Amino acid sequence: MRRIVPNTVACVVAFLTAFPLYWMVLSALKPDGEIQSLDVRLWTLHPTLDNFVRVLTGEGFGRYLLNSAGVALSVVVLSAAVAFLAAVAVTRFRFRFRTTVLIMFLIAQMVPVEALTIPLFFVVRDLGLLNTLASLVVVQLAFTLPFAIWMMRGFVAAVPEALEEAAMIDGAGRATVLWRILFPLVAPGLVATSVFSFITAWNDFVFARTFIISAKDNQTLPAALLVFFKPDENDWGGIMAASTLMTIPVLIFFVAVQRRLVSGLGGAVKD
Amino acid sequence: MRARSGRRPWLYLLPAAAVLVPLFGYPLYMLGLLSVFDYRQAQVSGGQPSTFVGFGNYATLLGDGRFWEVLLQTIGFAAALVLATLAVGAALAVLLTRTGPLPRAALSLAALGAWAAPAMTGSTVWMFLFDADLGLVNQVLGLDGFNWFYDRWVTFLVVGATIVWHSFPLVMLTLYAGIQAIPGSVLEAAALDGASAWHTFWRVIVPMLRPLVTIVVIQSVIWDFKVFTQIYVMTNGGGVAGQNTVLNVYAYQTAFGSSEYGLGSAIAVVMTLVLLVFTLLYIRALHRGGERL
Repeated sequence: MRRIVPNTVACVVAFLTAFPLYWMVLSALKPDGEIQSLDVRLWTLHPTLDNFVRVLTGEGFGRYLLNSAGVALSVVVLSAAVAFLAAVAVTRFRFRFRTTVLIMFLIAQMVPVEALTIPLFFVVRDLGLLNTLASLVVVQLAFTLPFAIWMMRGFVAAVPEALEEAAMIDGAGRATVLWRILFPLVAPGLVATSVFSFITAWNDFVFARTFIISAKDNQTLPAALLVFFKPDENDWGGIMAASTLMTIPVLIFFVAVQRRLVSGLGGAVKD
Repeated sequence: MRARSGRRPWLYLLPAAAVLVPLFGYPLYMLGLLSVFDYRQAQVSGGQPSTFVGFGNYATLLGDGRFWEVLLQTIGFAAALVLATLAVGAALAVLLTRTGPLPRAALSLAALGAWAAPAMTGSTVWMFLFDADLGLVNQVLGLDGFNWFYDRWVTFLVVGATIVWHSFPLVMLTLYAGIQAIPGSVLEAAALDGASAWHTFWRVIVPMLRPLVTIVVIQSVIWDFKVFTQIYVMTNGGGVAGQNTVLNVYAYQTAFGSSEYGLGSAIAVVMTLVLLVFTLLYIRALHRGGERL
């Protein structure tokens, strides 16, 4: 009985917290007439996919969706491979400057990446990569790596070294040990790390906004969303449908790895 | 495999270095370099040579009332966000320990959703909710056509609410996990001694969670100090006459809006330095928390 108050408060807060997301999906499903109506309702009796069809076909959102997915997946694959190797280096070997290297990764995590927008613009321009999706891949790769390495470190350290030693005594080479033994064992950690890389790349707004200037076809979702904001009247149905399309993949990934979220982030959450 | 032999670890670090040196280290160096040059549109297109101005850009900033206004505004806004995020997150973490499993699952799931939502979509949804004509908030409150994005402080309030909505879940779930890890016997002892919930929180839970709290605070400071997307999108690049600008957006607009790349870089350097101080605090907190490097 004494739980009635906390339970009620928790339910109310849960409702308020989830409400914006509910409103986004609901508005995406509402027919235009209901969105324009001043008689607002918390439900709709005439759900329609019109808004989704319009943004995917009319505004070329299918293209942006593919661009975003392509960039994010490239970042995930490259980042996972590079981070795995680097994590092995800092956990399995003692070498000079090891601590220095680790601290540099930590500092890199904290550098406000947005502050690097200005010099990176010139770097990307000089590489001839402005307006290309490749520019987004390389920049996002650089920004996801420090965190990915930091997180992978824990997963690699958790694998007993005895397994690798046993394999080497049996005559396996270092490369074999690395890819046949260690890599599969840290796969769950790799998945969790990859989700973070994916989300970072998928959500990026500032670099997509800065690097993709004139090649509209190479825009990614977050920046492309601005297309729907018009000076005279915003197409809210379209904006909400596009936002829904952009949120769902992240939501799925998040729920899939939620158990590792809290322990992974911060790196210092210990029981 | 734990060998002392020198070259192999560097071989494994090579791919990471190949990415991070040109795309992290070099831009960082270049940012510093740009900030001491007069670098504008003419220099970018190569029409004019860039001239070294030393600390000229910084002197310009320090003598500019606008810069100080934005700096103070950024610090104030970030501080308010951190306080709000922590207050909401901590209160809800304690609440979670007192609910039944179903409401707890509901709140955790809702929080995960808010946490997962991209900054961009969070911005668009809250803009829609607070839209002057078609927004739900105005219709429910009966405020016909009230513009939430006109007055400076009202705008900050709405944008701030959006950011807190995005960021309180991390604090809540982290602290809840921390509280769960406190041995039940400690809390029982406090209850036996007749401690109130308030006392238990401040005298027992907070001291035991101190390392965790430190980290959550510093994480929040770092995130809230460099917020970009929500401000840029929700206030359309900084609000009416740039009144809602924060350092990050200010640097961006100075560089890409006014083509003052040198000056914009100087602003970005100031921002980086402020954050660097917090980074060092963060590393120290990690050390104290017992994290082994």
